[in-house]
Amino acid sequence: MAALDQHIFESEHEATSTGLPNTKLAMWIFLASDCLLFGALISTYVLYRGASIKGPYPSDVFDIPYTSVSSFVLLASSLTMVLALAAIQRGDQGQMRVWLLATALLGATFVGGQVYEFTTFADEGLTLTTNLFSTTFYVLTGFHGTHVAIGILMLLSLLVMSFTGKITQQNSLSVELVGLYWHFVDIVWIVIFTIVYLIPTGPGPT
Amino acid sequence: MASVSVPGERGRWLTRRPASTTGFWSWITTVDHKRIGILYGVTAFAFFLIGGSEALFIRLQLARPDQNLISAETYNEFFTMHGVTMIFLVVMPLSSAFFNYLIPLQIGARDVAFPRLNAYSYWVFLFGGLFIYSSFALGGAPNGGWFGYAPLSTAEAGNNMLFYATGLIIVGVASTVSAINLAVTIINMRAPGMTMFRMPVFIWMGLVVQFLLAFSLPIITVGLFEMLFDKRFGTHFFDPAAGGDPVLWQHLFWLFGHPEVYILILPAMGIVSEVLPVFARKPLFGYQFVVFSGIAIGFIGFGVWAHHMFAVGLGPVANTAFGISTMIIAVPTGVKIFNWLGTLWKGDIRFTPPMLFSIGFIAQFIVGGLSGVTHAVVPADYQQTDTYYIVAHFHYVLVGGAIFGLFAGIYYWWPKIFGRMLPDRWGKVNFWILAIGFNLTFAPMHVLGLQGMPRRIHSYPESLGLTFWNTAATLGAFIIALGVLQFLIMAISSFMRPKDAPADPWDARTLEWTTGSPPPPHNFDEIPEVHALDDFWHRKYAETKTGRVVPVPAGGADQAVPGGVHATRGEREMEHEPHGIHMPGPSYWPFVSALGFPLIGYGVVFSPWPIVAGAAIVLIGLYGWALEPSAE
Amino acid sequence: MRKSTRWVLGAIALALLAAACSPDASQSSLEPAGPYADTVDDLFTPVFWVAVGVFVLVEGALLWFVIRYRHRRTRADVPPQIHGNTRLEIGWTILPAVILAGVAVPTVATIFDLAREPSGGNVMQIDVLGHQWWWEFDYPDLQINTANELHIPVNTPVYLSLCAAGSGYEAQPAPNECQADLPVPAGLGLSVIHSFWVPELAGKQDVVPGRTNTVWIEADRPGTYEGQCAEFCGLSHAYMRFHVVAHEADEFDAWVRGQQAEAASASGPAAQGQEVFAANCIQCHSVNGLTDDAGEPVIGAIQGPNLTHLMSRECFAGCIFETNTDNLTRWVSDAPSLKPGSLMPSGLNELGLTPRQVDAVVAYLETLE
Repeated sequence: MAALDQHIFESEHEATSTGLPNTKLAMWIFLASDCLLFGALISTYVLYRGASIKGPYPSDVFDIPYTSVSSFVLLASSLTMVLALAAIQRGDQGQMRVWLLATALLGATFVGGQVYEFTTFADEGLTLTTNLFSTTFYVLTGFHGTHVAIGILMLLSLLVMSFTGKITQQNSLSVELVGLYWHFVDIVWIVIFTIVYLIPTGPGPT
Repeated sequence: MASVSVPGERGRWLTRRPASTTGFWSWITTVDHKRIGILYGVTAFAFFLIGGSEALFIRLQLARPDQNLISAETYNEFFTMHGVTMIFLVVMPLSSAFFNYLIPLQIGARDVAFPRLNAYSYWVFLFGGLFIYSSFALGGAPNGGWFGYAPLSTAEAGNNMLFYATGLIIVGVASTVSAINLAVTIINMRAPGMTMFRMPVFIWMGLVVQFLLAFSLPIITVGLFEMLFDKRFGTHFFDPAAGGDPVLWQHLFWLFGHPEVYILILPAMGIVSEVLPVFARKPLFGYQFVVFSGIAIGFIGFGVWAHHMFAVGLGPVANTAFGISTMIIAVPTGVKIFNWLGTLWKGDIRFTPPMLFSIGFIAQFIVGGLSGVTHAVVPADYQQTDTYYIVAHFHYVLVGGAIFGLFAGIYYWWPKIFGRMLPDRWGKVNFWILAIGFNLTFAPMHVLGLQGMPRRIHSYPESLGLTFWNTAATLGAFIIALGVLQFLIMAISSFMRPKDAPADPWDARTLEWTTGSPPPPHNFDEIPEVHALDDFWHRKYAETKTGRVVPVPAGGADQAVPGGVHATRGEREMEHEPHGIHMPGPSYWPFVSALGFPLIGYGVVFSPWPIVAGAAIVLIGLYGWALEPSAE
Repeated sequence: MRKSTRWVLGAIALALLAAACSPDASQSSLEPAGPYADTVDDLFTPVFWVAVGVFVLVEGALLWFVIRYRHRRTRADVPPQIHGNTRLEIGWTILPAVILAGVAVPTVATIFDLAREPSGGNVMQIDVLGHQWWWEFDYPDLQINTANELHIPVNTPVYLSLCAAGSGYEAQPAPNECQADLPVPAGLGLSVIHSFWVPELAGKQDVVPGRTNTVWIEADRPGTYEGQCAEFCGLSHAYMRFHVVAHEADEFDAWVRGQQAEAASASGPAAQGQEVFAANCIQCHSVNGLTDDAGEPVIGAIQGPNLTHLMSRECFAGCIFETNTDNLTRWVSDAPSLKPGSLMPSGLNELGLTPRQVDAVVAYLETLE
């Protein structure tokens, strides 16, 4: 009983009623909550599909091959994230840092790719306030992009932290948690990519 | 209180953790769930007074026909802010106050899972509330109703509804973060032996509420961002000229809004479920059924939202589906009421103020619940919706229900929190003033609604025949105000009495009554080991072979006479931390980071640069928090 | 304490019942005057009494328990610690469910009943356009366009198409199915949600931008039935009222003929008013048959009510004023001071009219029977 008293509250090694560390449980609940955030944004997009009174319309601006490549880049970053976690779980700090950096770079490439994509759309006449399609499209992808950016920030923070000795084979929970978040963001992108880009909507209002 | 040991040698001045646990600054840096609970409670009560004043203005304006005491614009701001205040800045934070204070105590823990995050929730809430209210001085307060229907809210010129959208996003962050914190605490930090089905009902309701918050807040957050973008950046989410559908806003709003009403009522139901057994001297009847009905209400609550939209034109099939789901949700609600009645049955009932408020809760909630069932009769709702009949319904459940339940909690836990009893006789007077005032205000509104008075009108003509009951309702409102004033005076003067409340003044059943009044910072000298539901009660009382219930010698029951002043085990517990218990140290980073939010808010409303500054403060605060030395 | 509680509760119940039967309420859903309102009332009334029955039983049980089981000084020991009773739990789960199922069946039947198109040949179709803050009524088959007063024949199902009129963001008109020609934005209110509610004839139905809702009303006796907007729509939401006037068949025909007639040119002092009107008011209002000096028709706009037969209406400005000289004069002089947010400019302060010009305009308006 006394043992419970003495442990650091936020340590990953304290005893909990379920055996799961508090922070991991918190991350799962947060991700569940974030599912509903994206659910509402995606629903808005789907409900307004074809309702835009004027163009440009999706088929006028989308470049599916281009976006497929950038989606693959994001998918690959999930792989590098897994490799980073595997590295620290076997005690390899160096490899972990390499893979963390790779994940951050791939994520940044994805975001950069989106920025380029959106400037192209803008040149073609599709800005945030052009019409209903632009409204729903940019806000949905913008929220996702913001999530990716925050993820990159967290990855770089982990990288810096790893140089202060805070991350070890015994204390790798923070890497696991950022990994969970990163995979979530990736899965959301797969859903968005499928619904927004891949499901065809034809030339005009459907 | 004693100060906490801090490892000073590693931290530089900026990251060294504050040490003091007394004085003004200690409240700014506190991470103690009990203090945070008190902060929530006091702040919520202050907003209650403001929201109540807005109501008094509304009632004064409507007391007689064709009045012009306040302009239509002011009226619209007042009824909007009355709703926003009472829901987001009073009932939710007052419930949080109780959750914060009691969850660790009732589950036998020393604090919540993330103490600094807990403080963060409070500061973000406070700054969010102040931000919304600052709008009165900065161009006008929100004026589109608490429900903010588009396109009125998005198309109308002015910053009023920008404050609404931004302010609610900010307080939504506070609630979401708190929900995750408390859910993890309940799931993960229970004392040894406290299985889920040995948790108090209040904790179960708390758990359901945290999940309702976590899943419903994101939906309205999206709606609010869409509203914000429409107003600020010219997007077209709800622009009828661009193909936008105003009904989308309603769906997003009510997908949150309906679970929200269960968020508002379940805490009070939890409180009543704790109070009734104590003052009837027998356990809650049907504990598992009360728990399951709470869970059922949580789930079904996500399936009834369009019953707020029966007149929108969704069509007979949709209306039928939601009418039926709304009727279904009445069943678990009824189960709770019957179980409370079962708790009273064959009890030994003492009419202390918390018990009176709990009984009042049941009586009034029955009325609100029954009028709710009549709304589920969809064609009848075509007449009822958007009238004062609805106003009567939700005030019966939210004031007659939630507020009365929260008052029961205030009276019940006051001695535990502040170490002093509230006077019994004045408490009873308080109950009767509030009950009479409340019923006089809201019962007539059933009639007004059926007789044709729509909602949200700043005036009505004499010819509609609505005058008499409007005047009566206004009188009732002022009686409520009198009751609240009386409560305030009584509460404040209780602080002039000595801090001599015993640990267990009510002869209660749950763990918070095993420790001091107020509890020491570390809650329990020894984390209890739990063997049953109502473990404390079973330590005090046992059943003989013939079924009689007798006190266990030295179990503490013979000393725990209501109102007794004998020193109990709780008081004899050490005031300072015994050797070996390290509590999380105070921190100012939650306060600092929270300051960024109103700055971002002002940036959204007025000009972009504060957004950058605000975001930077939020981030710096978060990094400072993550990097400060652990002080345990 | 307990006895006085009972007295108080009893008094309140009696008072409520008495008030509910009050003859004063002229917009009461409890006084249906047509089959659609009757259908709703016929469903609500028995459910209400069932609810009263439940109320009496449950509150009665509560009251009985708190009296019967209150602590008595003679009692010292702790009562038996009863934990529950599964049979009771099942019982009080099933019984309410059965009652609710019993309520649900007529409820669902009525939902579909009210949504069904009436059979028979004599259905009348009228377009209702909700503006900030007045009601426009357009009879496409009869070529009548009026405001604030909806005239219908008795014993005739009337099919109302509900459209929201006004502008979207950026002041361009929001399209709706009831308006063929959309008005130019000057003076146009916002297209927002309203709700059409005349309790004595039907339940309410929202008027939503971007969709065309429908509601059926029917009056079974002649009379004037009051209604108002029931969805918060801005500053003058409270002032967006209307009347439904039901006529016997021949009276209704006479009304139609009157409304279809064009306005005659005014003479005498009213002629001056006609000139002022043609110079100012036609920016928002129309009068069918209005001509200028050369006899050319003057086409007014359709942002504001059609005034061709203003004097045939008992009320105006969202039915908040009786149509008389005094009220018309005050209104034309300074509408915004009487109706918050009104889009009609102040005659004296904004249009620069003199009081004599105002009087002249009112004199002209009074010729518009």
